[in-house]
Amino acid sequence: MAATQIIFAGFGGQGILFSGKFLANGALLEDRQVSWLPSYGPEMRGGTANCSVIISDMPIGSPIVADPDVVVVMNNPSFDKYEELLVPGGKAFIDSSLITRQAVRTDIEAYYIPATQIASDNGLDGLANMVIIGNLIRKTGVVSWDNAETLVRKIVPAKRPELIEYNLKALDLGYNWEN
Amino acid sequence: MTTVFDRPHALIDTNLHYCPGCTHGIIHRLIAECLDELGVEGRAIGISSVGCSVLTYNYFNCDMIQAAHGRAPAVATGAKRADPNNIVFTYQGDGDLAAIGTAETVHSAARGENITVIFVNNAIYGMTGGQMAPTSLPGQITQTSPYGRDVKTVGYPVKVCEMLSNVDGASYLERVTVCDVKNVNNAKRAIKKAFQYQIDGKGFSLIEILSTCPTNWGLTPEKAIDWLKDNMIPYYPLGVYKDKYAEEGK
Amino acid sequence: MSEKVLMKGNEAIAEAALMAGCRHYFGYPITPQTELTAYMAKRLPKMGGVFLQAESELAAINMVIGVSSCGKRVMTSSSSPGISLKSEGLSYLAGCCLPAFVVNVQRGGPGLGGIQPSQSDYWQATRGAHGDYRTIVLAPDSVQEMVSLTIKGFELADKYRMTSMLLADGTLGQMMEPVSLDAGEIKTFDKPWATTGTKMARPHNIINSLSLIPEELEQWNLERFARYDEAEANEVMYEEYKMEDADVCIVSFGITARVSKNAVDEARAAGIKAGMIRPITLWPFPKKPLLAAADKVKAFISVEMSMGQMIEDVELATRCKRPVLLCNRTGGVIPSVKEVLEKINEAEKIGGDRA
Repeated sequence: MAATQIIFAGFGGQGILFSGKFLANGALLEDRQVSWLPSYGPEMRGGTANCSVIISDMPIGSPIVADPDVVVVMNNPSFDKYEELLVPGGKAFIDSSLITRQAVRTDIEAYYIPATQIASDNGLDGLANMVIIGNLIRKTGVVSWDNAETLVRKIVPAKRPELIEYNLKALDLGYNWEN
Repeated sequence: MTTVFDRPHALIDTNLHYCPGCTHGIIHRLIAECLDELGVEGRAIGISSVGCSVLTYNYFNCDMIQAAHGRAPAVATGAKRADPNNIVFTYQGDGDLAAIGTAETVHSAARGENITVIFVNNAIYGMTGGQMAPTSLPGQITQTSPYGRDVKTVGYPVKVCEMLSNVDGASYLERVTVCDVKNVNNAKRAIKKAFQYQIDGKGFSLIEILSTCPTNWGLTPEKAIDWLKDNMIPYYPLGVYKDKYAEEGK
Repeated sequence: MSEKVLMKGNEAIAEAALMAGCRHYFGYPITPQTELTAYMAKRLPKMGGVFLQAESELAAINMVIGVSSCGKRVMTSSSSPGISLKSEGLSYLAGCCLPAFVVNVQRGGPGLGGIQPSQSDYWQATRGAHGDYRTIVLAPDSVQEMVSLTIKGFELADKYRMTSMLLADGTLGQMMEPVSLDAGEIKTFDKPWATTGTKMARPHNIINSLSLIPEELEQWNLERFARYDEAEANEVMYEEYKMEDADVCIVSFGITARVSKNAVDEARAAGIKAGMIRPITLWPFPKKPLLAAADKVKAFISVEMSMGQMIEDVELATRCKRPVLLCNRTGGVIPSVKEVLEKINEAEKIGGDRA
């Protein structure tokens, strides 16, 4: 597979940067080339957050993603901004609990997942990002689903082991969600 | 023949560049005697500053580092942290320590850096030819306060020992002078105590030494001593401003 | 080779410094390099090292001077406005012939500027503060190179008794890439000049930049520059990318070299023979390969995140034999692949006889 360029965007505190790290680590586990680049700014919480991940079989040139193949959007402003940038045929993963409109473009594949609602219904508040990631892995195959558990165990902080189970459950709910 | 007076080993046998009547020479000798008596010359690192004291690296026999203007306490911090076994002292004038280097002075004290600061206060910038110092007295005439220091426009002198006495990290602060034999002996006691504190790991010490600058004060050495006694000592009272370990011993 | 781990550029620099034997770090928080400071704060105390958050950038660089005088490997890091504050110390380090490793994770300027990535400290890094002196300037373009150049930086600093500066930018500092933390053999150097205490066994060592005798100071500068000449002869590093048959030569370093690499590939896909020379050492600058390229290519393009600073060195190195175009963004904006590609098209049309 050639390079996949992904942008994750939403509010600070939604686990945007973590989502990117999760996929980046997934790519590393498969010994592929990867770059992860966060936006950074003065807002620590609640501001806009985004990060770019490139996963490739070739050495990666610029880590900056101008024309994403995949976007994950978790608020309206992010959807407005990144829907336009998607390449034709690109995939948008949309948290439809938070984003009120449908995609305008018809040359992209839009996946609507009420991720925040799903997370909340299952006692997984704050893990909407992982619900979307689960769905993204199924729809894009950008990293292997078989490694999901290994990955969660690798990057969940050791001092909070209870989070492993929650993250795995969130991923699973997303993976099995029928859009 | 018995030798009754000799040059301390820690002082190099060379001509000093200081003006006649300047008290830097006395202070150099006192530091060197202390290094000798405490047996620490071989692990001493001296930090010279900018001003008249810039050339001290030529006078002390121990290893020496010449620091940028005001930065001696920061350089000393590095030298001490590089090897805590080093006995590190700075030798700084009033412009260096209390104007351009105020932040380094206050923060090395606040950290309780285990170093010894020798602060020579002669109320004027000597090396550059007699400009107003942060410690110049109200009304004092200098090249840059030709009508006398006007506190309404340039503010008041900085009293370093008093200021640092409020800094929790400082361990030992004393103001002394070298205007006569009794006070010279007292200054040596204070300097030696400050070095001993460092050897014992007791933290930050600063010894402020009221000193003369006959050349830039425009006075004879003798008159300069009188001016120091009549004007500086009243404004900058001598004594111990802080001694953390003496307080604890109470 | 050790297993690869994902690391932020800023953290990778810190880890590499530890691998190089640095146990003393002095710094002051500033975006976008703060992860480096935080990493050192966490790691150094557990290794018996010294981490100290200084009261200012000025104090930090002078603490570096203190440790370096005592013969130990030491570093500080900052971002653009902080490096201006450290400039005094950089000049003193040079004057005292002291080794030091300094990191600048650049952001937009001048003044407080912004916090987004920039390369507009090129002049400052390669020219520096007051006085006759040079700084080795290393410009990584990946997290892996941040590791290797940090280790190299400590070695070069010791070898030539001068400052080596790692010149990165906010993007490289913040991005994560897989890195192999494989140090290889770490070279160390004897430092008989250091103020380690005379132990009453040798004459005193003096670390000093002052001489009141002009002829003596001149002699010191001549000796300094003899060392710089040696560094210039031995330490130039650069990468050539698709230069074999190139008509257009991009010159770019750091993150813009990454963008440019994509542009070169896209240009070639469109039938334009583009190539790139990427200076890895900004001082010493890779003058020879650039001059050699000037006899082969139609034009050069300096791609940089500044108003055009390195371009002057490209013009000097190529002796203006061929036109040098500028492709730049500034203020924290990164040039896009598209912008570089447009400039390549423009350069290709310059045509004319090859020199």
